[in-house]
Amino acid sequence: MTTVAVKPATMAQALTRALRDAMAADPSVHVMGEDVGTLGGVFRVTDGLAKEFGEDRCTDTPLAEAGILGTAVGMAMYGLRPVVEMQFDAFAYPAFEQLVSHVAKMRNRTRGRMPLPLTVRIPYGGGIGGVEHHSDSSEAYYMATPGLHVVTPATVADAYGLLRAAIASDDPVVFLEPKRLYWSKDSWNPEEPTSVEPIGRAVVRRSGRSATLITYGPSVPVCMEAAEAARAEGWDLEVVDLRSLVPFDDETVCASVRRTGRAVVVHESGGFGGPGGEIAARVTERCFHHLEAPVLRVAGFDLPYPPPMLERHHLPGVDRILDAVGRLQWEAES
Amino acid sequence: MTVMEQRGAYRPTPPPAWQPRTDPAPLLPDAEPYRVLGTEAAAGADPELLRRLYAELVKGRRYNAQATALTKQGRLAVYPSSTGQEACEVAAALVLEERDWLFPSYRDTLAVVARGVDPVEALTLLRGDWHTGYDPQQHRVAPLSTPLATQLPHAVGLAHAARLKGDDVVALAMVGDGGTSEGDFHEALNFAAVWQAPVVFFVQNNGFAISVPLAKQTAAPSLAHKAVGYGMPGRLVDGNDAAAVHEVLADAVRRARAGGGPTLVEAITYRVEAHTNADDATRYRGDAEVETWKRHDPIALLEQELTARGLLDEAAADSVRQDAETMAAALRAHMNRDPELDPMDLFAHVYAEPTPQLLEQREQLRAELAAEAEPEGAQ
Repeated sequence: MTTVAVKPATMAQALTRALRDAMAADPSVHVMGEDVGTLGGVFRVTDGLAKEFGEDRCTDTPLAEAGILGTAVGMAMYGLRPVVEMQFDAFAYPAFEQLVSHVAKMRNRTRGRMPLPLTVRIPYGGGIGGVEHHSDSSEAYYMATPGLHVVTPATVADAYGLLRAAIASDDPVVFLEPKRLYWSKDSWNPEEPTSVEPIGRAVVRRSGRSATLITYGPSVPVCMEAAEAARAEGWDLEVVDLRSLVPFDDETVCASVRRTGRAVVVHESGGFGGPGGEIAARVTERCFHHLEAPVLRVAGFDLPYPPPMLERHHLPGVDRILDAVGRLQWEAES
Repeated sequence: MTVMEQRGAYRPTPPPAWQPRTDPAPLLPDAEPYRVLGTEAAAGADPELLRRLYAELVKGRRYNAQATALTKQGRLAVYPSSTGQEACEVAAALVLEERDWLFPSYRDTLAVVARGVDPVEALTLLRGDWHTGYDPQQHRVAPLSTPLATQLPHAVGLAHAARLKGDDVVALAMVGDGGTSEGDFHEALNFAAVWQAPVVFFVQNNGFAISVPLAKQTAAPSLAHKAVGYGMPGRLVDGNDAAAVHEVLADAVRRARAGGGPTLVEAITYRVEAHTNADDATRYRGDAEVETWKRHDPIALLEQELTARGLLDEAAADSVRQDAETMAAALRAHMNRDPELDPMDLFAHVYAEPTPQLLEQREQLRAELAAEAEPEGAQ
């Protein structure tokens, strides 16, 4: 067995590699979107693909999100596997009708005769100092739409594995890319990227005994940091990275909460009507007798995404998570 | 050097010369809708084609009448009739080769049936036992689209994909006058023109979007004029003249197949019936207008032409009407039987593999059905 050097790579590089490998493995995979060709995408995720596979397979489209997704639907109807890029979270809204009325429903409408194997890549979330309409967390809209899979990686290896799995899926996948993690580095072997995770499995990123932090995407590193900081206060926190919001991995999440008896859900999208409410309800329904305290939520505030100079007050940080963990001392207060 | 001296030294240059990308003149539609029946052009029409169009028109009208009757009997949830527009429906279906694709909107059941889909399966959506009854891949007919104009970009993507694969497939996408105001109409036409996709956009301008008349829908000289802005030809045709609609669409399909890119065809027609059985058309239009259009009836127009040229006698017309009656009787018989429904189908086609959450819900429904099936009083 040869040992291959494990080099640090960024999440953006892993995503590029996933697209390249998928295109090389399957000629029906087509990448399309605004600026994905010559420029290589504004985040350079599609860098080099047009050169390597030609403009017919990595296509700069007109600037029109409904048109990009709508034509991708037609391409999938003819047997291609389109991978669509929506440049920023809030730019995907014009395509929402196509996503909800057609992408999510085509298999169902046609009794399984017309599945749509397409992937919609959406860079999402804040923390990069973007001005308005560049930092939305829209996952609740997608989660609330039956027929879609919704996944979001938090590590370099998962970015590769989940994107390969999304493209290979016979169902439409909304692939949310935490844009503030694009440049995060992990030790990952780009020469042998074999880790392809099945969609729908959460993972325990850090085991602990005293409470579970349930989180995903851009909030995973924040929770890891909070877990380290909590050790000083005697808390041994477990961190569960959901990776897939739909389907939801009740099994891994509930197994963790039953072990620890306490849980905090952490995400940066708004709390009201947000993913945390659904997750807290599921955990409560399934683990009520194991819970020592109510399931708490640490979320972004319920306001339009703030201007960049104020976003640090909005985004759930280590302190806010630690405050919530402190409030899990339920018996002591009652 | 002072600022003024600097300004004095500055020699502004004229902007670079601007050239339009395309000469718009050949793209513009004619001022008058193109007509064949009752004009000199009719002499050149293929008698076989005219007879086929006639048979399909008569069958189509009978189908509309039968489906409307079925709504009154509660057998269909709703039926948007295309009576008065049969020439458009039939020509759209007949102009396509087997390998081509049709993208209908909710009023285009007739086109779907004329394309060869079983008349009962074409009504599945409107009956309510499922959404799409027919197999889109088998017939190369997309599901009937209820959201307006959203199926147009699908047609563009499919035609583009076919061309990338080297197949000479054409997609014909149908939309109403109201649908041309939607954003997806614009995006679809723009993508098609930029990609030179083999697509024909077929607008049936029947005068009203439910109750809103064309004058409140657009300020364009005609809907066909919109084509020029995208860089594709616009054609205007009398939508009640089956021979003219067929000829214009056939030209557009030929052009698309040969690599000439998309065309926008606007057919001027009229919805004789209300929007659906739930609509009261007398609130927004007068009887006189409807009567005027009834005198420009697509079946009567073609019948006059066929009779004048000796291509249709009473016996042949009788035979066509008899075929239509047979079709209607079969449709009636099928639709009067209650469909067999399996509630477990609800979970069958959401994902390729059901999620754990759906599997739980499936078991819940199964238990509910089992409880319902138990005889009353059983423990």
